[in-house]
Amino acid sequence: MEDSTSPKQEKENQEKLGEARRSWEGKTAASPQYSEPESSEPLEAKQGPETGRQSRSSRPWSPQSRARTPLGGPAGPETSSPAPLSRREPSSTPSPPAPARQDLAAPPQSHRTTSAIPEAGTPYPDPLEQSSDKRESVPLHTSQSERNTFQQSQQPKPHPCGPRDVSYNNAKQKELRFDVFQEADSNSDCDLQLPAPGGSEGAPSMLETAIQNAKAYLLKTSSKSGFNLYDHLSNMLTKILNERPENAVDIFENISQDVKMAHFSKKFDALHNENEMLPTYEIAEKQKALFLQGHLEGVDQELEDEIAENALPNVMESAFYFEQAGVGLGTDETYRIFLALKQLTDTHPIQRCRFWGKILGLEMNYIVAEVEFREGEDEEEVEEEDVAEERDNGESEADEDEEDELPKSFYKAPQAIPKEESRTGANKYVYFVCNEPGRPWVKLPPVIPAQIVIARKIKKFFTGRLDAPVISYPPFPGNESNYLRAQIARISAGTHVSPLGFYQFGEEEGEEEEEVEGGQNSFEENPDFEGIQVIDLVESLSNWVHHVQHILSQGRCNWFNSIQKNEEEEEEGEEEDEEKEEPDYIEQEVGPPLLTPISEDLEIQNIPPWTTRLSSNLIPQYAIAVLQSNLWPGACAFSNGKKFENFYIGWGHKYSPDNYTPPVPPPVYQEYPSGPEITEMDDPSVEEEQAFRAAQEAVLLAAENEESEEDEDEEDDYD
Amino acid sequence: MDADSLLLSLELASGSGQGLSPDRRASLLTSLMLVKRDYRYDRVLFWGRILGLVADYYIAQGLSEDQLAPRKTLYSLNCTEWSLLPPATEEMVAQSSVVKGRFMGDPSYEYEHTELQKVNEGDKVFEEEIVVQIKEETRLVSVIDQIDKAVAIIPRGALFKTPFGPTHVNRTFEGLSLSEAKKLSSYFHFREPVELKNKTLLEKADLDPSLDFMDSLEHDIPKGSWSIQMERGNALVVLRSLLWPGLTFYHAPRTKHYGYIYVGTGEKNMDLPFML
Repeated sequence: MEDSTSPKQEKENQEKLGEARRSWEGKTAASPQYSEPESSEPLEAKQGPETGRQSRSSRPWSPQSRARTPLGGPAGPETSSPAPLSRREPSSTPSPPAPARQDLAAPPQSHRTTSAIPEAGTPYPDPLEQSSDKRESVPLHTSQSERNTFQQSQQPKPHPCGPRDVSYNNAKQKELRFDVFQEADSNSDCDLQLPAPGGSEGAPSMLETAIQNAKAYLLKTSSKSGFNLYDHLSNMLTKILNERPENAVDIFENISQDVKMAHFSKKFDALHNENEMLPTYEIAEKQKALFLQGHLEGVDQELEDEIAENALPNVMESAFYFEQAGVGLGTDETYRIFLALKQLTDTHPIQRCRFWGKILGLEMNYIVAEVEFREGEDEEEVEEEDVAEERDNGESEADEDEEDELPKSFYKAPQAIPKEESRTGANKYVYFVCNEPGRPWVKLPPVIPAQIVIARKIKKFFTGRLDAPVISYPPFPGNESNYLRAQIARISAGTHVSPLGFYQFGEEEGEEEEEVEGGQNSFEENPDFEGIQVIDLVESLSNWVHHVQHILSQGRCNWFNSIQKNEEEEEEGEEEDEEKEEPDYIEQEVGPPLLTPISEDLEIQNIPPWTTRLSSNLIPQYAIAVLQSNLWPGACAFSNGKKFENFYIGWGHKYSPDNYTPPVPPPVYQEYPSGPEITEMDDPSVEEEQAFRAAQEAVLLAAENEESEEDEDEEDDYD
Repeated sequence: MDADSLLLSLELASGSGQGLSPDRRASLLTSLMLVKRDYRYDRVLFWGRILGLVADYYIAQGLSEDQLAPRKTLYSLNCTEWSLLPPATEEMVAQSSVVKGRFMGDPSYEYEHTELQKVNEGDKVFEEEIVVQIKEETRLVSVIDQIDKAVAIIPRGALFKTPFGPTHVNRTFEGLSLSEAKKLSSYFHFREPVELKNKTLLEKADLDPSLDFMDSLEHDIPKGSWSIQMERGNALVVLRSLLWPGLTFYHAPRTKHYGYIYVGTGEKNMDLPFML
């Protein structure tokens, strides 16, 4: 180090000389020289510059003398301070010997002496001097730092004057400053060297030795971590001087930790990608694709087409209104969802589409879009229900072939209620979900009544993966995509409302005979709707109506009479079961008809099912009416009199003030007719067995007697 | 969430859907500033919103210099005028645990609860039905306290303990790294530690006493009562509590932004074991 520093030192010295003259009024270059000799123990090279600076101070002598004493201190810990140290290499390791500083803390002037004891930047001595030094050194520092390799100690630190406590930190800081000063002083090194011989040789050499010992101790590498204190302290001080945090002394330990940790941080590697950030980049790429989708070929023509048939709803407008109600996903996220919906409408033949809401899950969330396909464009799904029936028939036939017939179970699975046709009832709309805007949309399968019935009995969190199994009792027929679809159907049926009069029934009012099928289930927008006052919407619940059919407890919206079908099926070939365990007549379930006002909704244990609010009490004239459901927490509807919209965001569960209790398994079913073949019989007890044997023997005896009599008779005959 | 960075915090926590309307936001910004000045708090947190049937409660908390000292809770019905709530006592918590159902929205509303109490009269001992009145304010205080103790969380490293005792905000907290952010053990409960002393000595040896002085979420019962998700790619980590649905904690890894907000009905999800 010394070698490298020497040329630098020379340069610096020259510069320092110049600066010294500039900065230190009245202090000639000679003064550094004076100070230098005094600080004859240039313990550390860095100290060189410091000392130089200090030498500039107006009181080179006194401080130096004082410095000497402290030097004695450091001299202790220091072992052999190499001569180079005394040279105060400006470019030497920045961290001035911190430990030495400690000692120096005592002697205030130690820093003054600079040359020998750069660290001496002791806190106490002549704070004024120090401050003056520092202030002056500031400009010098900067120039110095540029020149010097070890910036750390060079950084100007006007602060040191502040904390005057004896803390170690202070000592170090001051030492640093002084180092800087020294450098700024220029010539410090040279000067120090020159006067050195002139100064007292005896004492400096002791001091020098002490300083060198101290520095060597500091440079000792830790056996555990490979760091040494000298470097660490210089790094820390550099960091502090660079960043200038407030009240650095309070967070000093944290800074120390950070510096240690930074040693292990990954360096920027231009070749390898950072693994951790990959998902972020992926999703950003996908979302960028969303933004770019508009730039397709033939933009102009498509633009006209798009504007013409507007299947896409104005999501941003609805989001604005919902924001007034305090519900919403944030503007950016909503915009991305908007673009994702646009992508959906572009790729599928969709008549109408709506942003239904968001369902939260454990690992991922679902964004749900409610879609109505254009006429005739639905994709038919494979019929799976008939397969099950055929299988049953096959099994029964196989049983008959066996000679030794097993008892036949007369358990007949209850008739599976068929799902509703598309576009009717619970399957009126098709739902698409995606986990995040930018990911592909997945279509949910239509819902089966059995799924709704069981979904009513279970309460499970969604995980976020559509193929996850739903493990519950009663066992849910399907996986998470079916459960999700069932919950969406329930929520829609329970919470989709609109202002009274917005929708009206179709013009063909009807054939009364068809009421059995489920009542009016078609409605259309009322062109003459004039809007309702917002105040009215808030005050009275009868101004809102459900526009989605209620789902019966059967699981369908339109009643399905399973008895009729049973009669048909009997003819198909299950002749053996003549006993019907089902009642001959099932009562038709009736639900509230479409477009009933929500004031008719049932209360939940004295809690009204809906909460109405005005969105803002401060500016009522522009406020909107907000409805929040208490039955399905998270379902929200707004209306400003003319427009309305429904939204759901939540976990997807119904509210119940009581705790959930899973249903109890039913009693064991009596499957087989009890008869002697399958009834278990007790083993005979000992007495019974003996009696039986006795009886048997008696019979045998009687038989033998008869035989023997016959024989005797025969023998007699022979005679 | 800190009242100083309210807008950003609301934006980051918006993934759960429930937020604040613009007029509430605007009034919060101004009124929380005034609260900080009047009560001389070091930091004011906007705790969240409890939905009632008639009105909502907006809750804020004020902290003094020591972050783990008991916090002062304030509530408001219109985000403009704030009233101080009394600190929660065990008696209050026990008393309000019998009340079920939604909050009304009126702080002076009284819940009635009938209890059977044994009354001694001379030689006779008989039970009398006593109707106990519980004020909604009491219930509010105890629910806020329960939520705080159960699910208020902060990332590891955000606070540090000084040897003199008080806990300070760590100014050198640069945020959790991505790999740390996905682990439950990097988040602590924002309360006095309860389970720390139960750790084995081996585990304690690895802890840093200035940073790891609170309970982490790893050993929460029931297991799995936290849903941890990354939103916006890996740019935001969101923890949602399943035990008190409505509590959302967000943190942007590698930045200093973190916070939690509760927007919900104020009821514990007792069905959690069935739902997992």
